[in-house]
Amino acid sequence: MDYIRNFSIIAHIDHGKSTLADRLIQFTGVSDERTFKDQMLDNMDIERERGITIKSQAITLPYKARDGRTYSLNLIDTPGHVDFSYEVSRALASCEGVLLLIDAAQGVQAQTVANLYLAMEHDLEIIPVINKIDLPSADVERVIEQIDDELGLDSEGHLKCSAKAGTGIEEILEAIVHRIPPPKGNPEAPLAALIFDAHYDAFRGTIIHCRIMDGTVKSGDTIRFMSNSATYRVEETGHFLLQREKRQALCAGEVGYIIAGVKTVSDVRTGDTITLDENPCSHPLPGFREVKPVVFASIYPIASDDYEDLKTALEKYQLNDASFIYTKDSSAALGQGFRCGFLGLLHLEVVQERLEREYDQSIILSVPSVRYRFTLKDGSVFYVDNPAHYPGSSSIELSEEPYIRATLMLPERYLGAVMKLCMEKRGTNSTLNYPSPGRVELIYELPLAEVIYDFYDRFKSVTQGYGSFDYEVIDYREGQLVLLDILVNGERVDALSQIVHRDRARARGLQACERLREEIPRQMFKIAIQGAIGGEIISRTTISAFRKDVIAKCYGGDISRKRKLLEKQKKGKKRMKMIGQVSIPQSAFLSVLKSDAD
Amino acid sequence: MQKRVLRSPPVQAGKIKEGNAHRGRTEEQRPGLYLHIPFCTAKCRYCNFFSVTKVSEIPRFLKALFKEALLQGGGIGSFDTLYIGGGTPSLLAPFQLSELFSHLRKTYDICEDAEVTMEVNPADVGLPVLAQMRALGINRLNIGVQSFDDTLLAFLGRRHDGNQAIQSIMAARQAGFDHVGIDLIYGIPGQTRQAWKKALEYAASLNIPHLSCYQLTLEQDTPLGKSCAQGLFKIPDDDELFEFFMDTSEFLESSGYTHYEVSNFALGESFVSRHNSKYWRHIPYLGLGPAAHSFDGCKRWENVRSLECYLQRLERGELPVESCEELTNEELQLETLFLGFRTKAGIDLGAFSERFGVDLRASKKDFLKPLLSAGHLRIADGRLQPTRTGMALADALALL
Repeated sequence: MDYIRNFSIIAHIDHGKSTLADRLIQFTGVSDERTFKDQMLDNMDIERERGITIKSQAITLPYKARDGRTYSLNLIDTPGHVDFSYEVSRALASCEGVLLLIDAAQGVQAQTVANLYLAMEHDLEIIPVINKIDLPSADVERVIEQIDDELGLDSEGHLKCSAKAGTGIEEILEAIVHRIPPPKGNPEAPLAALIFDAHYDAFRGTIIHCRIMDGTVKSGDTIRFMSNSATYRVEETGHFLLQREKRQALCAGEVGYIIAGVKTVSDVRTGDTITLDENPCSHPLPGFREVKPVVFASIYPIASDDYEDLKTALEKYQLNDASFIYTKDSSAALGQGFRCGFLGLLHLEVVQERLEREYDQSIILSVPSVRYRFTLKDGSVFYVDNPAHYPGSSSIELSEEPYIRATLMLPERYLGAVMKLCMEKRGTNSTLNYPSPGRVELIYELPLAEVIYDFYDRFKSVTQGYGSFDYEVIDYREGQLVLLDILVNGERVDALSQIVHRDRARARGLQACERLREEIPRQMFKIAIQGAIGGEIISRTTISAFRKDVIAKCYGGDISRKRKLLEKQKKGKKRMKMIGQVSIPQSAFLSVLKSDAD
Repeated sequence: MQKRVLRSPPVQAGKIKEGNAHRGRTEEQRPGLYLHIPFCTAKCRYCNFFSVTKVSEIPRFLKALFKEALLQGGGIGSFDTLYIGGGTPSLLAPFQLSELFSHLRKTYDICEDAEVTMEVNPADVGLPVLAQMRALGINRLNIGVQSFDDTLLAFLGRRHDGNQAIQSIMAARQAGFDHVGIDLIYGIPGQTRQAWKKALEYAASLNIPHLSCYQLTLEQDTPLGKSCAQGLFKIPDDDELFEFFMDTSEFLESSGYTHYEVSNFALGESFVSRHNSKYWRHIPYLGLGPAAHSFDGCKRWENVRSLECYLQRLERGELPVESCEELTNEELQLETLFLGFRTKAGIDLGAFSERFGVDLRASKKDFLKPLLSAGHLRIADGRLQPTRTGMALADALALL
C-alpha cells in the first residue's frame, strides 16, 4: 500500500487537464507512440470535439521514481463542468491528493475555486501546478500571488509545467510520490469500496469503477450495494491500464474495477458503498446522495413510427449514463415520447448529441424547463417540470421556482456588464468580493430558469471569455409564473410551450416567434407564428410562402440526377416534424431558448 | 435505401431486352431513340451538356456510333421517335447525316410515321442544308434560338445573332418543316420582364408551333455558374423567376399555346414533342453516343462521359456503358410523381394505384386538401393535375 498513490487533476475548463493527463500517461510509458492519441482519457467523440471530459475515467500509471522504487499512481480523471459536480466529488473522495491545475495566462477561475473547496472538504493534499508557462501571455508571478491570496494555499510548493510542450512532467510525478500520502485502510477489515463511476461494456455488462477503502474483494465474492442491499457475485476484478487488466483481487488502497453481472449502469449509484454480503462493514462511506436532475425536457422521435427504436436507444443509452432519467410522455403535437431529466443544459446537449450520433436517432427535444412548485387554492402542493402540466392560472394560490446561488469570477472591468446581465435575469442578494486587485467575485441568487435560458452564453460573451461561473441550487422562491404557448398556423405546439415569469413573458414571446421565423424554412403556404398567454396573442410573425420550386429542364438522364436530389431533400424533410402542414426542423425547438447574439 | 449501381457492367447489362421493353406495350408506349452528337465549335457559357470542340473526330465518332447501334441490336422493336441532339448535330455535313440515317434504318425498325427531330444552331442552317435534312426524313426541327437580343446572345456565348435566328426560322418554313420549335431562355442577368415579354410576343407573332422556354439554370461547372458564384452577375431570385414563369404561361396560353410541360408550349396537341414526352411518361428510350442515357422501364443506364473513352470502348467491341441502376419501386414512384407534376396532364390516379398499389387520394389526403383549395392542384378525369402555380412547385409537390 505504501507504493500506491491515488490522485486526481482538478482545474477550470480549458486549463489543460486532459493534456496533462496525456503527458503523465506518456511519461510513465503506459502508452507508446503507436497507441497514443490526444486526450487519451476522453473516449467519446463529443469529449474530444468539445474538449471536455464528460465521464470520469481512471488509469493506473506504473512509475519508477528517483528513489528507485516503482509506484502505482492511480489517476482518477474528473468531469470539468458544473453540471457534473457530484461526480467530481465522488472521484475526489477516492483520492488522497490532487493536482490543482491553473492556467498561467488565465489565472484562478470560478471552477478552480469550486474544485479547490471540494478537495479541501475531502482533506486532500493539494499540489498547485501552473500550466501553460510557455504561453506569451503567461503571468506566473500573478498566478503565484493568486495561489496565496485567493486560494489561501502556500505558494511555496507550487510546480510549473507546460503540458503541451511536455516540460516539468517528472517533477509533477515526483511530487505525487513524495507529497501525496499513501492510502490508509485495513486489508483485513470488512470490505468498504467507494463507487466513483461505472460504464457499460457490451460484452461484460456494467463495469464498476471503485476505490477500495478497507478490505479485499476477489472474484467469487458476493458483494452488496449498501444503498439498496442488492447483491451480486463478482466475476472479475482488475486494474485500469489502457485496457482493463485482470487481477486476482483488489485490496485496500487500490483503485480498479469490479465486474459482477450488474445489468445496467442505473443499478449502480455513484457514491454508493460496496461491501461483502457475508461480512458487511458497519457503516456506508459518507457522502452518498441520489443525483437529482434539475433540467427537464421531452424527447420525441421525428417519425412516430420510430418510437420503439427510440425507446430501445434510451434504454441502451441509460446503461451508460446513470444520471439520465426518463419516463413516458405524450404530446398532442409530437405524439409519444419521453420526459427526461438532466443534470444541466450541457448534460442535455450531450445526451441529445449522443442519441443522434451513437444511436442514430432523429429526435425532437421540447423546450427545457426547470421544476416549479405550485400551491393550489385547495392547499395541495405539486411540482411541475413539464409545461403541459401547468395548472390553470385561476387555481393557483402560490407559484414558486428554484433559485441558485451563482458564483461569478471576472476581471473588474466587466463588472458593470455582468451586473446588468444578472439584474436582467432577475438576480438578487448580490455580494461582491475583491479576492485580489483587478478581479471580482460576484455572488448572485438567480432563478434557475433564467440560467438555463442562455445565461451562460451571454455571460461568456459580455466577459469576452474571461468570466467563469459555478452554481448550486439553493431553494424555492415565489414568482409570478404564466404559461407561454406558441401557435404555428393556429395550432398550439405543446412542445414549444414554456412556463415563464410574468414580467418576462412578452419579451420571451417575441423572441420565440423571431427565432422560429429564422429556423423554419419557407414552405408552400404562408405560416403564421404566434405567442399566446392564456388565449391572448402577445406576439406574431409570418413566414411567406415560396412559389417556385422546379428545375427548368428534365430530359433523359437528368431524371436520375433530379431524383437523387429529391431523395436527398426527402431525407432532410424526414428530419423535420410535421405540425399540421408545416415542417419544423429540429433546431427550431431548442432555438426558442437562444437569445440574440449580444 | 442503398441502390445498386453497377460499374462497367457486362455487355448485356446495358441492352434493352425485347421482353422488357416491348411486352404489352401499346402503340403509344413505343420506345424512342436518342442520338447524342457531342460536338460544338464553341462551348456556350451556361451549358453543361457533354460536348467537345474536337470536330476532327466526327468521322471516327460516327463509325463508333454505328457500331454501338449494331451492338445494341435490332431486337428492340420499332421506334416511333428519333431525336438527334447534342452538342450541335447541325455540325454534321449532309453526307454524314445521310450515312447516319441509312445505318440507323438498316439497324433499327423506325416507324414510317416516326417523329424525327434534329436540334440545329441558327448559325449552321441555310435553306439548302435544311432542304437536304427534310429530304432525309427529318420532320421536326428544334432551333436553338435562346434569344432575339444580340447583347443577351453574346452574354450567353452563343455564336449566332438575333437576325440569324429569325432567318433560320424562315428558312425552316421554306424548306418544308411544319414542326418547328425554338428554345428561349429567361432569367438571364440583365434581361427585364418587359424584354422577355417582347420576345414571347415576337415568337407568338411568327406562329412558331413549339416553344421551349427555359429558366436559365446555373450549373456549377460552367463558366457562367462560376462567375455568378464569384458575384460577377446575379440571376433573379425565386420570387422574380416565379413572375417570369407566370408571365410566360399566361401570355402564351392566351395566345393559343398549351402549356403542356413546365418549360414547353405547343400550338395544339399535334405539335407536342412526342419524343420528350416519353421522358416524362416513363416510356423506354435508347440513347446512343457519349453521356447518353437509356431507360428500359426498369433500368436506367448511362454511357461514358468522355469521347475518347467512348471511342476506345467501341473500337474494342464493348458497349460504352458507364453505370446502370435498377430502379426500385420506391424510386419509380418518386419519379412518376415529380415527372407527372411537370406536365399539364398530371398523374393518372388509377394507373398509379395499379402500378404501385398506392391510392394517392387516400394516402396523401391531408396534403392534397390544402393544395387543392389553394389552387395548386386539381383532380379531373381521374388525374391529379398541377395548375399553373402548381407546375411552378412541381418538385415540392413530389415530396409530399
